[in-house]
Amino acid sequence: MTAATATPVRPVRTRTLALGVGLLWVGVLIALPLAALLALSVADGPLGFARAVTAPGALASLTTTLTLAAAVALCSAVFGTLIAWVLVRDDFAGKRFADALIDIPFALPTIVASIVMLALYGPESPVGLHLSSTRAGVFVALAFVTLPFVVRSVQPVLAELETDAEEAAELLGAGTWTTLRHVVWPAIRPAVISGTGLAFARAIGEFGSVALIGGNLPGVTQVTSQYIAQRIEVGDPTGGAAVSVTLLAIAFGVLASLRVLARGRSGRWA
Amino acid sequence: MRLPLATRLGARLVALSYLAALVAVPVGLVLYRALAPGLAAFWASVTTPAAIAAFNLTVTLLAIVVPLNVVLGTVTALVLVRGGDFRGKTLLQALLDLPFAVSPVVIGVALIALWGRGGWFGGIADAGFPVIFALPGMALATAFVTLPFTVREVEPVLREVGDEQEQAAGTLGATGWQTFWRITLPSIKGALTYGTLLTVARALGEYGAVLLVSSNLPGVSQTLTLLVHARYHDVANTYGAYTAATVLMGLSLATLVAGALLNRPRRTR
Repeated sequence: MTAATATPVRPVRTRTLALGVGLLWVGVLIALPLAALLALSVADGPLGFARAVTAPGALASLTTTLTLAAAVALCSAVFGTLIAWVLVRDDFAGKRFADALIDIPFALPTIVASIVMLALYGPESPVGLHLSSTRAGVFVALAFVTLPFVVRSVQPVLAELETDAEEAAELLGAGTWTTLRHVVWPAIRPAVISGTGLAFARAIGEFGSVALIGGNLPGVTQVTSQYIAQRIEVGDPTGGAAVSVTLLAIAFGVLASLRVLARGRSGRWA
Repeated sequence: MRLPLATRLGARLVALSYLAALVAVPVGLVLYRALAPGLAAFWASVTTPAAIAAFNLTVTLLAIVVPLNVVLGTVTALVLVRGGDFRGKTLLQALLDLPFAVSPVVIGVALIALWGRGGWFGGIADAGFPVIFALPGMALATAFVTLPFTVREVEPVLREVGDEQEQAAGTLGATGWQTFWRITLPSIKGALTYGTLLTVARALGEYGAVLLVSSNLPGVSQTLTLLVHARYHDVANTYGAYTAATVLMGLSLATLVAGALLNRPRRTR
């Protein structure tokens, strides 16, 4: 089918106008700010860019961000998979309620997430857990906002997984653990990896949910997005832009590798 | 496969404890703390002049951004699905996904780089029309983060319904507009509604990008999310932060529950 047959009812002029409007919209709102950001990041030359990204505060924030994001992604992978399993294969009163809870972190504004975490893990904690301004505080906030990724990516795969193979394995004498490892795990692994990657990508850019509980302590709990905001506040937009571009590049790197992984997989299994 | 009973109960216990500790108990605590002092106190706390101003600003931003992104999102979805091939289509697709992947703070910095004083369009601010630290900047930030929602809901539905009916209408002599109003629009109504609700929910809750481009003055340039932050952080009004967060939570959940009730259009049938 050619482009011409796809639009016989729409005059060429309308199509050109619509295309122009669409490009203008995306261009002004997204492409131009992004281009200006890239230009600003190298306004002091490549050396200036390198200096801004390797400044002690920037490196410390990147280390904090990447370490915590990796830890949270791992935690999400383990608990997310377990929760998905329980929601699909188990049956108990209140299961639908538990299932609905999974969507709450996606639904809530990030600053509300910060308040929600502070309610249980802040200075007024009814159980005496004072995680405010600690790395553990940032961890729980990131664990909250990334909870749905692994659960929602593994759940449909588990639900569609035929139980025949599992039953056959058991009939042939495989133990529970062997069946889980050799039958179930290979089937859900791609979904676990993709959910974990998305959780990681989300965690490295997170700002609102850690804003209040993190405390923004340089070198301890300050994440990269907070460091960037601070550069803007102290009047160093060029430095802020350089670190922004770095953060953006890391996020894109993660998402691109996920896409490559997914493509390799569909090639093998198709 | 059936796990042994002990394993099954153990897994259930761990999974539910995790959900309770991370979601159910903290959310319940916020609601409890906001409502325990009584409805009168709650109402007084969310109707202070600063809170009302914040609510009005958030609604103003919604009124600017949601129609813009819904209308232009639909136009762009039509171009992507029915417009054939054009140069830059891949780039356009990539740009449409960008807001999903970018940290809100980075969006704020990008807007400052473009519209701030000394930026590419800094002349507009110099001419006496400030964008950054003013309403236009906050609208641009909100528009950036919510841009993809309608396009990405409408696009797959348009692809799925195909264009046979539109072609038939054209053959029978319908004009482009008639075809759009009578054939295309009814077929994407569900996706359009759901996309609109997602846009509203996301716009309501945007914090980071708006924070960077707002002057953040109570009663003037604080949205509901900025109000929550200011109450907790700047004026140590923890109760006020809980009540404002409860209002935001209620609005976001109501929007998304409305979307779920309208039955999210299925992408694969």
